Amino acid sequence: MTELCDLLASDLSAMMRAGEASAVEVVGSCLGRIEAVDGRVKAFLTLTPEVARERAEALDEHRGNGAPQSPVAGVPIAVKDVLTTQGIRTTCGSRILETYVPPYDATAWVRASGDGAVLVGKTNCDEFAMGSSNENSAFGPVHNPWDLDRVPGGSSGGSAAAVAAGEAIWALGTDTGGSVRQPASLCGVVGLKPTYGLVSRYGLIAFASSLDTVGTFTRSVRDAASLLSSIAGKDDRDATSLDTPYRDYSEGIEQEITGLRIGVVRETFGEGVEPAVAARVREAIDRLAGLEASIEEISLPHADYALSAYYLIAPSEASSNLARYDGMRYGLRVDGKHSVEMMMKTRGAGFGPEVKRRIMLGTYALSAGYFEAFYGQAQKVRTLIIRDYEAAFARFDVLVSPTSPTTAFRIGERVDDPLAMYLSDVFTIPANLAGVPAISIPCGLDEAGLPVGFQITAKVLDEPTLLRVAHALEQALAFSARPPLLEALTPN
Amino acid sequence: MPVEIDIEHVARLARLDLADEEKERLKAQLGLILEHAAKVGEVAAAEVPPTAYAVPRSNVFRPDVPEPTLPHAEAMANAPEAEDERFKAPRIVEME
Repeated sequence: MTELCDLLASDLSAMMRAGEASAVEVVGSCLGRIEAVDGRVKAFLTLTPEVARERAEALDEHRGNGAPQSPVAGVPIAVKDVLTTQGIRTTCGSRILETYVPPYDATAWVRASGDGAVLVGKTNCDEFAMGSSNENSAFGPVHNPWDLDRVPGGSSGGSAAAVAAGEAIWALGTDTGGSVRQPASLCGVVGLKPTYGLVSRYGLIAFASSLDTVGTFTRSVRDAASLLSSIAGKDDRDATSLDTPYRDYSEGIEQEITGLRIGVVRETFGEGVEPAVAARVREAIDRLAGLEASIEEISLPHADYALSAYYLIAPSEASSNLARYDGMRYGLRVDGKHSVEMMMKTRGAGFGPEVKRRIMLGTYALSAGYFEAFYGQAQKVRTLIIRDYEAAFARFDVLVSPTSPTTAFRIGERVDDPLAMYLSDVFTIPANLAGVPAISIPCGLDEAGLPVGFQITAKVLDEPTLLRVAHALEQALAFSARPPLLEALTPN
Repeated sequence: MPVEIDIEHVARLARLDLADEEKERLKAQLGLILEHAAKVGEVAAAEVPPTAYAVPRSNVFRPDVPEPTLPHAEAMANAPEAEDERFKAPRIVEME
C-alpha cells in the first residue's frame, strides 16, 4: 500500500500547503518506513529522529503563520555521510572517522535545511566515496531494495536505497565518477550530477577535488529540479563554485522536446553491456523519437580511454586529499613511538582495502619518474575527452546512453576483482572528466525485475535542457514499478 | 604486461603501514590496474595540453574582510589528544 513516504516531494509539498498533511505526519511516515525496512536495507549509518520531529513541528507551526514556503519545506531528506552535518557524526563510511563530529555544515546541506528540508539521517556509502557497490563501507554493505542479495551500487548506495525504499523522499549524494548516477540506475530512482562547480563542495569531505560534485536522488525529475534549485549557486567558501544567478530549475521542464537533437553514444552499446540493458535503453530512445526529437548516432572517440585516465586522476587526487588523516587533529589515532610511526599505524588501521589501493595507486602515479607517464598523460586524455564533448555538443543538444552496463549485481560478486568493479562506471566517468551535467532516470526492468538506468548528458550549465529531456522521457515511459520489498509491507 | 611496483617504497611515501599479505595482494592488483591505466600513453601526443579542471576558474578572491572563525574549543573537540588547548603529538624525531 502507498503511504505518505511513497509520494513525491512535489505532491507532499502541495498537500502540506493545502493543509492535507503536516510535516510531522510526513516525517513520521519516513521514520516508520525506516523502522520497517532498514534492518534489511541498511541504508543509514546514523538516524536523527528526534531532530527530525522537532524540525517538523517547528515547520508546521511556521506554516500556520501563513509565511511563504519553499517546495523543499517539510520534506524529509537523507544526506550521504561524506557531507558534514554540524553536531551530527559524519564518518565517510570509514573507521578513521568513526567518531568524528563536524563543527560545521556542508553548504549543500545547509541550503536545503535553510529551505526547510528535514534530515532523517546520514546514509551509508563506500569508504570516502570510493566504490561502485557500497561494499567498501567499513560498517557493512547496503542491500538493494529491489533484491536484498544485490548491491545498491555506489558509492552513494545508502542514499539511493533510502529513496527507493521510501525511507526518505529524496537525498543528497556525491558523484566523482558516477557515484550518484550508477546507484540511482541500480535502485530505479532519478540521480542528477550537476555541472562541476554549480553546487558548492564546502563540507563535502574531499575525494578527488577536480571531479567531486554534490548531486541529488529523487523519485521524479521535477523533484530533482526542486532540490537542485535549493542547493545550487555561488559559495564564497568553495573557490571552484561558479558564479551562476539563482534560477528555479523546475521552470520550463514541461516544454516539449520536438526538434531537439539527441545523440546516441555509439561506444556505449558494445561489449559488456547486458542485452536487457541495451534493449530497455533502445526502447527509451524510440520513445524520444516518438516525441519528435531528432535521433542520430554519435561517437566519442576517446571514451575508451576515460576509465584509464580516471583511475589515475582520481586516485592521485585522493592520495593527496587523504594525507590529512594523520591522527593529529581529529579522527582515529593509533599510538606509535614517534609521529611518522603513529601516522603509518593510524592509516594502516583506519583505512579499508579500496582506500589503501587508491592511495597507493595515486602515490605511485605521482611519484618521481612515473608522474609524466601516468598522471601527466591522464591530464592530456582529459583534454581529448573535453574536446570530444565540445564536438558532440556542437551537433547535439543532449547525448544519451545506458547509465551502467549492467543492472544490480550480487553482493560479493566483484569484490575480488577491482577492474571488473571499475567497469560499472565506464559510462558515467566521462561526464566527470569533462565537468558536464548528467542524469540517470529509470527506463524499465530486466528479466529479473531489476531496474535499468538511462543516462542523459548535456553541455556545461545546460541543466535546463537536461531536465527538460529527462522530464519528457519520464512522462513518456511512465515507469511505476516499485521494489517488491515495499509491496510486501503490511499497513501499520 | 603488469607493471612492477616497489610496494615498500610507495607505502612509505603514502605513510601506510601494510601487513605482508596486504603488500602482496596490492602488488598484484596495482600491477594489473596500472597495466590497464597505461593505455593513456597510447593517445594524447605532446601538443595536447593537460587539463587540471574541466570548468576552470582563476583568481577567485573574496573581500578582505575578517569573518568569525571556528571557536577554539570547537576546533579542538575532535582531537585524539590535547593539552593546554593544543593538539598533542608524539615526538617528531625518530629515536630508538
